[in-house]
Amino acid sequence: MAIAFGSRKASAGLPVPAALRSKRRRAAARTLAFLSPWLIGFGFFFVYPLVSTLYFSVTHYDGFTTPTFTGLKNWSYVFNDYPFFWQGLRNTLWLVVVMVSLRVVFGLGIGMLITKVKTGAGLFRTFFYLPYLAPPVAATMAFAFLLNPGTGPVNQLLGDLGLPAPGWFTDPSWSKPALTMLAMWGIGDLMVIFMAALLDVPKEQYEAAELDGAGPFQRFRYVTFPNISPIVMFAVVTGVIQTMQYYTQAIVAGKVASGVIGGSGQQFEPGYPQGSTWTLPQMVYNLGFQRFDYGSACVIALILFAISMAFTSILLRRKSGFMANED
Amino acid sequence: MTLSTTLTKPAAAPGSSKSASEAARTARRRAALHWVAVHSTAIAAALFFVLPFVFVFLTSVMTDQQALTKNLWPTSWEWGNYVKVWQTPGFLTWWRNTLLYAGLGTLLTVVSSLPVAYALAKFRFRGRNLALMAVIAMMMLPPQVTVIPMYLFWAKQMHLSGTLWPLIIPMAFGDAFSIFLLRQFLLTIPKEYIEAAKIDGCGDLRTLLRVVLPMARPAIAAVALFQFFYAWNDYFGPQIYASENPGAWTLSYGLESFKGAHHTNWNLTMAATLLVMAPVIILFFFAQKAFIEGVTLTGVKG
Repeated sequence: MAIAFGSRKASAGLPVPAALRSKRRRAAARTLAFLSPWLIGFGFFFVYPLVSTLYFSVTHYDGFTTPTFTGLKNWSYVFNDYPFFWQGLRNTLWLVVVMVSLRVVFGLGIGMLITKVKTGAGLFRTFFYLPYLAPPVAATMAFAFLLNPGTGPVNQLLGDLGLPAPGWFTDPSWSKPALTMLAMWGIGDLMVIFMAALLDVPKEQYEAAELDGAGPFQRFRYVTFPNISPIVMFAVVTGVIQTMQYYTQAIVAGKVASGVIGGSGQQFEPGYPQGSTWTLPQMVYNLGFQRFDYGSACVIALILFAISMAFTSILLRRKSGFMANED
Repeated sequence: MTLSTTLTKPAAAPGSSKSASEAARTARRRAALHWVAVHSTAIAAALFFVLPFVFVFLTSVMTDQQALTKNLWPTSWEWGNYVKVWQTPGFLTWWRNTLLYAGLGTLLTVVSSLPVAYALAKFRFRGRNLALMAVIAMMMLPPQVTVIPMYLFWAKQMHLSGTLWPLIIPMAFGDAFSIFLLRQFLLTIPKEYIEAAKIDGCGDLRTLLRVVLPMARPAIAAVALFQFFYAWNDYFGPQIYASENPGAWTLSYGLESFKGAHHTNWNLTMAATLLVMAPVIILFFFAQKAFIEGVTLTGVKG
């Protein structure tokens, strides 16, 4: 990354006075000095591991013997022979479609609700926000208890209402909905973001729409939505990126529900029940740190990287809004 | 918002057959209905968000036998459960490790990210946009993408596996999210302040420390809180680096093994769960404003 101070055009073709040149050099040194923590960090914690991951992905490496070049063998193993890859990809797709869209819709709904609350708004906002703060492991443990099929409070309430009691985290067809419910519970961040965006919608537009006879639905369709659509877009894209990283909740829920408890010694096959909660990050962990097949783990890591960066580029493309440079 | 516009608009338009007072009454009645509808929806939603905490709390003070029954209200209040959790081997160590990871990590993050954010917000140099894009790319990078080489480096070359240092040390080299959030805030500081400091003879570092830092306090508080919460909540990092050594576990990582130590004792498990949740929630109440501002700063502004 070339770092220079000032504009190149201004000095084009003209001899630069020595005083100005040294001033520029000082400015460049200053910029470098201020950026240095991050420049080192970027090189060492981003560029270096990415290049290594690329290298390991075409290498057989178990962490003990020296890595040997194997070409695309790991890639072929992951796509054709690793039994969890396609299942995990399908799970991830399910989570992206259902969890992200429900989170956006529900977050927007709660955000709109809180802007309409007149009495006790502060209290309601705090209630809606608090679950977002709960550490993911603690929140998942709490939900594993609440949704515990035998004696969990949720199934007791459902039973009292005469409704069927699902197996939640122990039933492959209910495990992802249960995780989705947990995600809905932690909607607080989106609520705040949507709330701020909704309060920024010019009131005159609502008044004008109302004079034109627009009902609540039309006001949302023609006034609210166009105004907040950049934020909806932001929520969708960051939601997809977060879901690609979905890890802690899936693994903790599986461990607690299956009765295999964490710790150093015990091996846990992620994805419980029946592979229904496998996600890509768990495969990196499983292949790398449980099976010591670092090469194949790096294949998954690169797939994860490619998808995440594809969505990041969407954020960067609308950088005019997102980055808002002051010049 | 919509409610107030309905109210201020005269309900009795000219030519209406209704009398003005009757129309006003209709408007009032509609406003009251609207109030009831909004607030009952809000209460229903609040139940969804709050009840899990309530059930977890009620279970945490039950006897272990009762926690396995269908009763939702404790028959006797076993406050001693919390004492038992504290006395569980390892719990205090996890607590100390978490504080070390979160505290030291937060300090290092703020110190290393602020100058970078300042340069990205206020210096003009070639490649600035590129640098900013790289920050955003790093911010969006799943931690699993780089974990294999990083683990191999820390474990095989630095021999630091079984400790939290591989998680703490990188924070001394700027954190992408913190840099981005701080930069978004620093953009809002008028450049006149910085120019005035320069004219008064302040160097860049002094300008940052004496002029910018005091103004950026709310953003720094938000970054510190986010970073503290991140470390407090982190499960993946400690699982990779600390799992082999229970003496280096954090609360988030140790919590799930707690269920193992106390097998089916949901009461003690839920007491431990609440103890892990409590600090972040208490911290939030003290710094609510900074935290909410931080959330909006990353999502909406800029």
